[in-house]
Order: sequence, then C-alpha cells, then structure tokens
Amino acid sequence: MEISVKINGEEHRHDVEPRTLLVHYIRDQVGLTGTNIGCDTSSCGACTVHVNGESVKSCTMFAVQADGEEVLTIEGLASNGELHPMQEAFRQCHALQCGYCTPGMVMASVSLLKENPNPTEAEVREGLEGNLCRCTGYHNIVKAVMEVAK
Amino acid sequence: MIPAAFEYIRADSADAALAALAEHGDEAKLLAGGHSLIPLMRFRLARPEVIVDVGRVDDLKYIRDGGDHLAIGALTRHCDVETSDLVKAEAPLLAAATSHVGDPQVRHRGTIGGSVAHGDPASDIPSVLLAFGATLVAQGPGGEREIAVDDFFTGFLETALEPEEMLTEIRLPKAAGAGWSFQKFNRRAQDWAIVGVSALVRNGSAGIGLVNMDSTPVRAAAAEAAVASGSSPAEAAESAAEGCEPTSDLNASVEYRQHLARVLTRRALEEATG
Repeated sequence: MEISVKINGEEHRHDVEPRTLLVHYIRDQVGLTGTNIGCDTSSCGACTVHVNGESVKSCTMFAVQADGEEVLTIEGLASNGELHPMQEAFRQCHALQCGYCTPGMVMASVSLLKENPNPTEAEVREGLEGNLCRCTGYHNIVKAVMEVAK
Repeated sequence: MIPAAFEYIRADSADAALAALAEHGDEAKLLAGGHSLIPLMRFRLARPEVIVDVGRVDDLKYIRDGGDHLAIGALTRHCDVETSDLVKAEAPLLAAATSHVGDPQVRHRGTIGGSVAHGDPASDIPSVLLAFGATLVAQGPGGEREIAVDDFFTGFLETALEPEEMLTEIRLPKAAGAGWSFQKFNRRAQDWAIVGVSALVRNGSAGIGLVNMDSTPVRAAAAEAAVASGSSPAEAAESAAEGCEPTSDLNASVEYRQHLARVLTRRALEEATG
C-alpha cells in the first residue's frame, strides 16, 4: 500500500506492507536511524517519536496508520544547526550515559512539556514513566527537563 | 518481532467498518489505537487475516452529556478522557483510572473502546465500568443494541460482541458527588496492575470492580453486598476476593492476589466513604 508521511517537514512516499511497523519504516525505508528500537514490546520508549505533535511509541503503530500524518523524529528537532533546548539541556545536565534511550527520552520530554509547561519534579518522573534508562540516569534526565521548564 | 501478513482495510465510517466485518466475519479484527492488538500480533498470539482500521472514524470520538449519563464514543483516546472537564466533573473515577493506563505514549494512541472490547482482566478501564454499572452500545448488521456491563465480559479476552458487531459507545450513569477511589498495585512504573480496585459509593451502596482477579474483569459482589447491608469498609473488604479465581504468575500467587484484593478494597472503600 502506498503511503505518504510528512517526516521532519519533508514529504515521503513509499510502498509499504501493511504489517510494517512505523519504527521499521522510519529506520529502514526512510533511513532515519536516530529512532532506536529497544524492548520491541511497547515498554521502553526508545522508539518514541511524535505523531501530529504527540509522543507515541513507533513500535506499536503500523506505518499505514501514519499515512497522511506528520511525524517528528529526533533528527527533526534541531533547527538551523542549533540544538533544541531539550537537547541542549540534556547535554548541559549530562542527562545521558550510554545514550541509547536518549532520542526517545528527549522526544517524550518535549511532548511532556508541551502538555504541561510547568511540571513539578514528580510530574516529570511520572510523565516519563514510559521511557526506561538502564544506566539509571533518571536523576539528571529529570534535572534537564526541569531546566527547560524554568 | 513482526506481525504476520494481513489484508488492510481502512474504514472511514462506522458503516464502512460494519460492511467490512460483515464481509470478513471471524477473520477480521478491528484496529482502533492498536495498543492491545498490535502487541498481540507482534507476539503472533493474534494472526487476523484482515485488519479493519477504524482509527479515522472521527464520528466515534466524543464525550457528551447524555442527560442522566455520560456518553463516550468508543474511539475516544485515553488522553482525551483523562483531560476532559466533563469526565472530571461527572466521572472523576474514570479520569483517575485512565491516567494510570500505560504511559503518556500509550494514552496518546489507545482508546477507551479498544481497551474495553479487548476484554483483558488486567486492564484498568473495565473495573471502572463495573463500578459504574455502565452500558455498552454496539452496532451490528441488525442495528444497535445495548449491553449491560455485567453481561459484556464472557471469557478471557472474550466479550459479548458478535464478530460482525462493533462497540460504538460507553454510557456511564452520572455520579457527581459520589465517593470514589481507584487503587492500583504494581511493581514497575507503567505496568499492568497486579491487582486493582475501582470503587464508587453512593447512597449507601457500592460498585466495586476488580482488576486481574479472574479470567474476566469481575465485581467484588460479596463486598458490595456487605456494604449494602451496612458493614464498615474493613468488614466489607474481608470478602473482596470471595468467588474470584485469580491466576498465579511470576508476579503474584493466588493467595497474594486475594490478599491484595482485600487490602486494596478496604483502602478504596475507606477513601470513597472518607
């Protein structure tokens, strides 16, 4: 089935099998490999992207469901060579160790602040419950999100 | 993990979805937000021949004041239920429980109707519907019919919906001013409840729905009867697990689940009547 998806502002047209998951489409057909696959079972959040401005787990959505929609991946966050404030805060607060969860964590954090611009620390922790960091780096991740919210 | 191949039909209206179901019957599955179905398909625990995608049927995305009840379109997403002022005013128990479904990403895609039609005893939302005594509206080839929530869950992941029917609306009797509580016990953030309890108390009677205490979502019927006959929350909660047949798994034994049901029901009733 032919689908047309706007990814990071750019129109993409591809023929996909209906069973193709959005994350596989983004990585393998569009070639944007910043979105990681972690648990493969909708638990870890490494594959988080935005669909129409809201965070979703791209391993639990078929590419055909994104037909005609707007997708934002980690590659589309920076503009004109400038890091997005959330990316900059992750960098400043050392909110990553191995970095594997980072793209999903950043995308989830941007979506979180969009819905709740002034969260408490507890709300940030709860709002990121769908994203796992196995370096146990949560402390600095929460710090980075609070930094952007300031 | 990649699902088995299937034929994909995108339905733009409830009528189109019903027509597709009429044609393919048992071989077809409806896809709403996909957050129950897609994981099952990825594990190949479900291998539908045909997927009918109803995610774009906007007519079934609404939350309305129906007079004596709240009417929620089956395709309303969890995040829209959770943040709805109308739901918070008329059914705060539903808003609270919905905020515990999965995580924000899941709630951006998952729908109330999808969660209910999946019939998973471990889901939070069916317990709320039981506590409210909700009515479910289904459309099929013969038109529309109403199903009482007590008749809806018929077996593990099985409901009273016929293969050619589609859940279209959930009706909750209004409960502004009623006491309520949602209790969920789990060991990891965003996880399913090991046991959960929804309680709604008004005029001396309680609706108590249990999560993960049997092969279907069930009521704590004995505890409800105890409340109606004047027992205290602590006394009533003693019978919360009566008649339930929970499973034993790596998270909890049968005895532990029964214990949790009693403790969480006591807490729920205390909070709802406090």
